[in-house]
Amino acid sequence: MNVIVCVKAVPDPKEICKIRIDPATKTLLRCDVPLVINPLDKNALEAALLLKEGRGASVTVISMGPPPAETIVKECMALGADRGILLSDRAFGGADAFATAYTLAGAIVKAGEYDLILCGMASSDGATEWVGPQIATFLGIPAVTMVRKFESQEGAAWRVLADWQNGYRRVEVRLPALLTITRDLNRPRALSFSGILKSRKKTIEQWGREFLDLPSEALGAKGSPTIVSEMSTVRNRRDVKMLRGTIEEKADQLVGLLAESGVL
Amino acid sequence: MSSFGPVWVIAEQSECAAEIVSLQLVGKARQLAEQLGVNCESVLLGSNLGGAVRDLLASGADRVYLADDPRLELYQPALYSEIICMLAEKWKPEIILMGSTFMGRELAPLVAARLRTGLAAHCTGLRLDRDNRLEQLIPAYGGLMSIVCPEKRPQMATVARGVFATPARDAQRKGEIVAVPVPEMGEPTVRTLEIVREPVSDGQLEDARVIVSGGAGAGSAEGWEAVRELCRELGAGLACTRPAVDAGWAPLESMIGQSGKMVSPEVYIGVGVSGEQQHMVGVVGAKLMIAVNNDPKSPVFEQVDLGVAEDCREFLPVLASKIRAYRESRKACV
Ligand SMILES: Cc1cc2nc3c(=O)[nH]c(=O)nc-3n(C[C@H](O)[C@H](O)[C@H](O)COP(=O)(O)OP(=O)(O)OC[C@H]3O[C@@H](n4cnc5c(N)ncnc54)[C@H](O)[C@@H]3O)c2cc1C
Repeated sequence: MNVIVCVKAVPDPKEICKIRIDPATKTLLRCDVPLVINPLDKNALEAALLLKEGRGASVTVISMGPPPAETIVKECMALGADRGILLSDRAFGGADAFATAYTLAGAIVKAGEYDLILCGMASSDGATEWVGPQIATFLGIPAVTMVRKFESQEGAAWRVLADWQNGYRRVEVRLPALLTITRDLNRPRALSFSGILKSRKKTIEQWGREFLDLPSEALGAKGSPTIVSEMSTVRNRRDVKMLRGTIEEKADQLVGLLAESGVL
Repeated sequence: MSSFGPVWVIAEQSECAAEIVSLQLVGKARQLAEQLGVNCESVLLGSNLGGAVRDLLASGADRVYLADDPRLELYQPALYSEIICMLAEKWKPEIILMGSTFMGRELAPLVAARLRTGLAAHCTGLRLDRDNRLEQLIPAYGGLMSIVCPEKRPQMATVARGVFATPARDAQRKGEIVAVPVPEMGEPTVRTLEIVREPVSDGQLEDARVIVSGGAGAGSAEGWEAVRELCRELGAGLACTRPAVDAGWAPLESMIGQSGKMVSPEVYIGVGVSGEQQHMVGVVGAKLMIAVNNDPKSPVFEQVDLGVAEDCREFLPVLASKIRAYRESRKACV
């Protein structure tokens, strides 16, 4: 069984508040926030690694990103992935979800036979949730989003539970398929020292546009139907009244104001 | 004749009525359609849809494409996207809006990829720009990003419940219903077998009059217990920011913001919340906003009406006991 996991390098969510829009240039000030594996992609990788351990699946990790994203592909290999592919090319830059999915789908076809593709449900920095289901559409395979549990993994049709309003959806899906994974599915493992040592010997394949042989007008900013037309720094401002005094006095004032507003 | 196509809403039904977000989107679509000089239309798929159709017409739809069939009772990705794409290719809508519901979040990207067009996620504002393009506003990095889809049509966007107001109903409004046949497709590769309801734990946040939202500043599971205690004392809904979910203090369903719930309670109390846009857009509708934060310079204080610059671990227990005392004193008077 061949499992492909799509992972994204994202600015560390713990430091993301450092990234700001520059009011003058309307561009992002990135302030050297370090790149990490998108948290939900770790759950996707964990699901793949469990299939490797349980039934000898081979796990390929594919990431599209700038050259420094290599470190997160390396990390996936240290966690146990068999093969790592980094899609890096200027031609891929500025891609929206649609162009990203198109490029990843092209790479998946190049990577060979597959039975299952796993993605995190969303990325922490873009959070569109679109890339997974759109990859599936480009590949012509079924997708199930927001999978929280594998109920049966036997045969060609799997049964999974996916998040739904006030409950869940029980879905039957025929492989090959793409699933997007929520944090409820599993608990991602931590890096081990022996894993890091073993991964030292593994090399990461670096693929560019020419290798993928995709038309450049379908990639990156050129291949993106949407563009960011403007960035503004508006906030919903209110005039704040700061409560003064000791803790006790502040609590008294607040109780008074809550009572006044009729909610006590 | 306008050179634009109609504005569409892909509607959903729940419990024999249209989903509220679908009606809110019809309200918005109606405005956009009037500005463009085109029809406001809706597509509704499911089974036993009479009530939902009436809701859509009464809320402002000029026409409803209706596929009412037992095979569509549950959301079926293959069949649903096939029908919508078929209709879109025939009628060439200018804009397609969908609710950021569980269905919309899966169906919208499937449809957009098949129609080879752009899709903006979880928008908090929609308007037409000078060239009559749909400008889709999304909070990002302490500001707002405008997304446009300059060439491809339809322009597609998802929007959460509560971003737009629910339009007034006019039961007299008449509209056209176009019956849509269900196409014959082979054995599908993905099939929804059933949708199971689970008992909801904490009541519906969307309906709470008071919401206490805890953030990273709660500091620990123990600190979170103090937030919960305040909530109980107030009879408030318990909400949270992303870090509280990540820390495992609160469930994802209780997260407020761009990728969570949109709420408009009478009173919002943010505890240990920094005022990041992605969270705050979820509560811009609140009447009275209060923040407790130990950093007097926190940006959250620019976005609320009342500020308490205190450590929440010290302040919340005091506040909770004062509320209890106030309640008791009132009881004594009656
Ligand atoms: C695409 C995208 C979508 C997102 N969607 C959402 C969303 O829907 N909802 C959401 O909430 N977030 C969302 N986020 C995350 C969001 O950007 C912020 O990271 C998050 O809202 C910050 O949460 P916070 O205020 O709890 O934490 P922080 O920003 O870490 O703030 C903690 C605050 O607590 C204060 N504090 C610390 N200790 C104490 C104490 N003892 N007493 C009182 N105060 C204290 C600090 O001064 C600080 O202001 C999204 C992010 C992205 C990139």
